[in-house]
Amino acid sequence: MIAYLIRRILYAIPILIGVNLLTFALFFVVNTPDDMARMQLGIKRVTPEAIDKWKQQRGYDKPLFLNTAADSAGIFTDTIFWHKSASMFVFDFGYSDDGRSISYEIAKRMGPSLAIALPTFLIGLVVYVSFALLMTLFRATALDMAGVALCVLLMSISGLFYIIGGQFLVSKLWHLVPISGYAGGLDSFKFVVLPIIIGVVGGIGSSSRWYRTIFLDEIGKDYVRTARAKGLSELRVLFTHVLKNAMIPILTGVVVVIPLLFMGSLLTESFFGIPGLGSYTIDAINAQDFSVVRAMVFLGSVLYIAGLILTDLSYTVVDPRVRLS
Amino acid sequence: MSFMPVILWSDALVFLLIAAIVAAAVHVRKREHLMLPWKRVARSSVALVSMLVLSVFLVIGLLDTLHYRAALPQNGSEKVYSPEVLSAFDALVGPLRTHTEKTYSAPFALHLYAKESMRDAQDNVVREYPRLQYGGTHLADEAERDMDVLQRALVGMLAGTLAGVMLSWLLRRRYTQPALTIALVLLAALIGTIMNLSAAYHVLGTDKVGQDVLYLSLKSIRTGLIIGTLTTLVTLPLALFLGVAAGYFRGWVDDVIQYIYTVLSSIPSVLLIAAAVLMMQVTIDTHPDWFDTSASRADMRLVALCLILGLTSWTGLCRLLRGETLKLREMEYIQAAQAFGVSSMRILSRHIMPNVMHIILIALVMDFSALVLAEAVLSYVGVGVDPSMISFGTMINGARLEMGREPMVWWSLASAFVFMLVLVLAANLFADAVRDAFDPRLNRTEGQA
Repeated sequence: MIAYLIRRILYAIPILIGVNLLTFALFFVVNTPDDMARMQLGIKRVTPEAIDKWKQQRGYDKPLFLNTAADSAGIFTDTIFWHKSASMFVFDFGYSDDGRSISYEIAKRMGPSLAIALPTFLIGLVVYVSFALLMTLFRATALDMAGVALCVLLMSISGLFYIIGGQFLVSKLWHLVPISGYAGGLDSFKFVVLPIIIGVVGGIGSSSRWYRTIFLDEIGKDYVRTARAKGLSELRVLFTHVLKNAMIPILTGVVVVIPLLFMGSLLTESFFGIPGLGSYTIDAINAQDFSVVRAMVFLGSVLYIAGLILTDLSYTVVDPRVRLS
Repeated sequence: MSFMPVILWSDALVFLLIAAIVAAAVHVRKREHLMLPWKRVARSSVALVSMLVLSVFLVIGLLDTLHYRAALPQNGSEKVYSPEVLSAFDALVGPLRTHTEKTYSAPFALHLYAKESMRDAQDNVVREYPRLQYGGTHLADEAERDMDVLQRALVGMLAGTLAGVMLSWLLRRRYTQPALTIALVLLAALIGTIMNLSAAYHVLGTDKVGQDVLYLSLKSIRTGLIIGTLTTLVTLPLALFLGVAAGYFRGWVDDVIQYIYTVLSSIPSVLLIAAAVLMMQVTIDTHPDWFDTSASRADMRLVALCLILGLTSWTGLCRLLRGETLKLREMEYIQAAQAFGVSSMRILSRHIMPNVMHIILIALVMDFSALVLAEAVLSYVGVGVDPSMISFGTMINGARLEMGREPMVWWSLASAFVFMLVLVLAANLFADAVRDAFDPRLNRTEGQA
């Protein structure tokens, strides 16, 4: 088990190196730092001095890979790649364009992001699985048909509509909760409740339909027939037998997103003014703050790989046949 | 000739795609076994109705793809063309495009949304809602509006119904499903109503700069369709070649390809798209000399967005194809082919590719609606299409900020969402029908069909 974990973590390293090189190529090779400076400073009124100053302030005035002017180890370490890209492996993300430490911002913003994402995830999972089980229970009846039709309709609606419509209905028309904003501690409840509800409702369509397919796949198997032959009630078959066996395909899709919950949701956070990582990313994209975007890309892939490892571990919990070695 | 045809990059790619689809259709038509699943699709009335709705969207999108630049009136001998790139669709709906008001006006409104200082009969300055320049100007008395709207709607509906009935009578031999006939007549009646009304009113109101929202919604269709279809031009070859190669050759080829797609898929897709689009923006902005019109610039951004979406989304399909090929290569007929000394290339093209086609088709039709929805989200995030390009995303983005106004400006938002819902719903229903018809895991009991 431990050996397996270590191997998986070691296997993650080349992937992270790949991600790192890819983002580096994307941000520094496709466009040179000069292009970025020109873009940031405005295309027209830009002087070579201004470009040099911009580059120097952000530490982009070094060579990309090899610094032939430096001595010994400086050849490799005194370069943009070393300072801006390789340093991310020790989670040193540097500074954003407005001069703040990115690591500090990330640590500060994870809380609000989680306050929305975690409840959305947990409540959502319960709601989707229950709805899917309900449809499975009434399979091949008019109720099931109506459920599937509802799912298709819900998943055809743009996510933006759920947010805008929800804000309009609940906040503007009914005045139940503030339209947007955030507060620490218990006060945050009135701010997070609407984003959570909208997040759950927005996912019902696709998720419930997906879980229903999984349950229907399971329900056609032999062990279900055996269970019924033993005289178990349909409810018992569904909840103890089918649900347990369907856990494996469900976990495959679910566990992998748990670490990514830290990243928050771009849309929800920016619409509701939640100071989380999602709105941080979206602000950075709008301000074209490349260092923040690079940091978030790296963080996102670290969390995704953590999710993959967690998925493997979760199999051992629900499926006694799986032994990691 | 008073116009110059313009082929933008996206137009050229659309034509390429159409050619590919026509070639595939001809290929399939000649082969009974390939036609079989399509006949199953055609038997489902849900699929036919959604296909009908989709084809209306497709026709609008295609008309909007035939671009041209009109010649400007001038006295010299040299012809000068307008820098504005128009499309056959623009020419067809003419007044809808040119009848722009000053700013917002509600659907069927006669007056502008915002008050303006005007002089009344006694030459006093008053703050009033000015009359629209085009909406309902034929009315002598404003009180007649409701009757007039009703009358025009009825006339349009009757004409549309008539056209629909005639069309379904012409098609009576080929398509006999009652659901399709009903849908055809209803759709024709709806189109007739809207067409007749839009000649005299802004049926869906106008937006901030006074453009007709109906026109904007119809123009958005092309952008949505392009994003949904051109992306597959990138996804398909990448996923097909890499996925099949990884599954068939295994060994180091498999390792390398798996490594590439694990790296790509480990980056959250929105972030990867955002990063790539930001870089693409820098490239386009630092090279203004590449584009002769603003339309070609916006178009290049659209094509680049499709390219980026394709490059970031092929991994899922690639993984599926790799898995399927791994399974197929152990099949006896493939082993037999190998034993006969058939070359790898030939095995791949003759035996593997045809057997993974259903996976590709299902994945592509399923992805379409997700891509249309993604466009709106990406435009909101700021990494979508060019702000000057009309799309559902830019419509929503522009209208979103006006939610706080009193009375609310709801019409552009509502129109964008309704159009998007209809398009995506039709695509989803059609995709489901295609999946049901092609998925070999679903055991069917049908005669010798």
